[in-house]
Amino acid sequence: MAGKTLFDKIWESHVVREEPDGTTLLYIDRQLVHEVTSPQAFEGLKLAGRRPRRPAATLAVPDHNVPTTDRKLPIADHISAKQIQTLEENCRDFGITYFGMDDVRQGVVHVIGPEQGFTLPGTTIVCGDSHTSTHGAFGALAFGIGTSEVEHVLATQCLVQKRPKTMEVRVEGSLSDRCSAKDIILAIIGKIGTAGGTGYVIEYTGSAIRALSMEGRMTLCNMSIEGGARAGLVAPDDKTIAYVKGRPLTPTGELLERAMQAWQSLKTDPDAIYDAVVTLRAEEIAPQVSWGTSPGMVLGVDQKVPDPQTIVDAKTKSATERALNYMGLSPNTPITEIKIDKVFIGSCTNSRIEDLRLAASLAKGRKVATSVHAMVVPGSGLVKQQAEAEGLDRVFRDAGFEWREAGCSMCLAMNADVLQPGERCASTSNRNFEGRQGAGGRTHLVSPAMAVAAAIEGHFVDIRHWS
Amino acid sequence: MEPFTTLTGLVAPLDQINVDTDQIIPKQFLKTIKRTGLREGLFFDWRKKKDGSPDPDFFLNQPRYHAASILLTRDNFGCGSSREHAPWALLDQGFRCVIAPSFADIFYNNCFQNGILPVVLKADEVLALMKHAVETEGYRLTVDLANQTVTTPEKTAYRFEIDPFRKDCLYRGLDSIGLTLQHEQTISAYETRRKTEAPWLFGDLHA
Repeated sequence: MAGKTLFDKIWESHVVREEPDGTTLLYIDRQLVHEVTSPQAFEGLKLAGRRPRRPAATLAVPDHNVPTTDRKLPIADHISAKQIQTLEENCRDFGITYFGMDDVRQGVVHVIGPEQGFTLPGTTIVCGDSHTSTHGAFGALAFGIGTSEVEHVLATQCLVQKRPKTMEVRVEGSLSDRCSAKDIILAIIGKIGTAGGTGYVIEYTGSAIRALSMEGRMTLCNMSIEGGARAGLVAPDDKTIAYVKGRPLTPTGELLERAMQAWQSLKTDPDAIYDAVVTLRAEEIAPQVSWGTSPGMVLGVDQKVPDPQTIVDAKTKSATERALNYMGLSPNTPITEIKIDKVFIGSCTNSRIEDLRLAASLAKGRKVATSVHAMVVPGSGLVKQQAEAEGLDRVFRDAGFEWREAGCSMCLAMNADVLQPGERCASTSNRNFEGRQGAGGRTHLVSPAMAVAAAIEGHFVDIRHWS
Repeated sequence: MEPFTTLTGLVAPLDQINVDTDQIIPKQFLKTIKRTGLREGLFFDWRKKKDGSPDPDFFLNQPRYHAASILLTRDNFGCGSSREHAPWALLDQGFRCVIAPSFADIFYNNCFQNGILPVVLKADEVLALMKHAVETEGYRLTVDLANQTVTTPEKTAYRFEIDPFRKDCLYRGLDSIGLTLQHEQTISAYETRRKTEAPWLFGDLHA
């Protein structure tokens, strides 16, 4: 019999019950909750007279709606304020830990989970947010769910699931100078397409993945959903353990010793077989820039915008034409000639301290182009605090970037941070859908390094050759 | 949840691939704390022209599709955000069934939680139906969950696959939380065993 994949091991240790058709009642160790996808779940519990099964396994934080300006001021948008207040009340009513807007631990839900040690290897983690895949960086099976399922997990600590297939995405070799995890994942999505991972859990393997820091692995796993996969995984190693140790919610003492022993076995057996395998060479990955309205519409910065006339497949051709029209781009335009109006550095993809350090190192002593408005939104209050302790905020401000409070911000533009129609943004976030950052706004997904360079030059540049 | 047995309904065609949940319902409608009344947000940005006036070319702005209960669309429908507001908005508009060659996973799951049947048909079958739905005003299909068929007015029946468990829950309109709670003892037994195997997962997480 073939060995087991990392996914198999986590899945099998969480099976509570299995139906004859394979439908599984899966145990969920941890749930993260935010204000947008939870009110109807709590309302459902109340209407049915149900209580959360394990409130202590749940952590809640407002992030999607929060203003990134002065926190001492009331939220100008009353509907947003009401939603945040509802979360706070629900957490109080049901005994769930809540990091409010005035708590330094507040931040983007997928930044604070790992930061607090809530995210641990070998666990199952869910959240009413598709970017829950982020936590797979720790070798946790983590995936996004809808609000009905949020309620289901609150009430039962379980979910009804069909076993997904497994896909190995192997990236060998070394990345080019200034290329990062963001470029790897964008290149993967460009290769497999936005539905390439549908029905699969991806395990990322290979020397280029092992070489990534934990924060790089979070960026990588974060965008698994943009390739259609609900979850991405990286097997835990010494870097994982070093990251997890000593965090507020990480076990200590003998429990930690036992946990670390168990985490040793969290890897795919050499004779295990994946349902699908995709391979990439890290050397071949150029800094990536999305040009269209789907994350799969992405190219190396040294390429040109596609020409629909050369596309044979009818539906790809029409999707390309539509995307170019929305994006206001002409076929065959070199990516480096695309001028931008805004820069957003932030989101659950790229707002952690390493992202900010790298961005600041490139911004230092330079100035944002006069035609560009640029902002940096740290992933959490603690990231912000750390960055300020290192003087990164001064570097950004001196270069002309705005330095904001933590939140999801312009990744989805639910708060006041919104693109105006026709504005073009270099963004370190994860989605370039039509209107994602504001109705009529045009998003180009890039790494933090590419975003800084674009802010300074006013257009995209190949950071491999940028001095 | 309302059971889904058979549905004979008007078909509305949305001939586009990769329709993401940001398009189905944009973010400004996600600030609600209710599940209802989301119809006004459905395809909000696509319903309007650049000047803000209604776009008469958009399918849902055409009177012939106002009473549609079956949405016919293309590959990878519902990709992107996990927002359940997407199926809530479709339901509020009157859609009980979405037919496509493929769906994104989270959206597909969310449909079942709300009494909406997502039907996967082959790409060429969807194309053929799309042609009819565009060309024939009042084009209706019959979706039969028990027999797993979509039948055209010409009596051509297309078969679709669905997990038996999901099918049963949808057919009977079962409360899925109630179903899981029937296994409370099994869940407790699992927890007891895991507390021995992996005690570090059961510490107090109250930060």
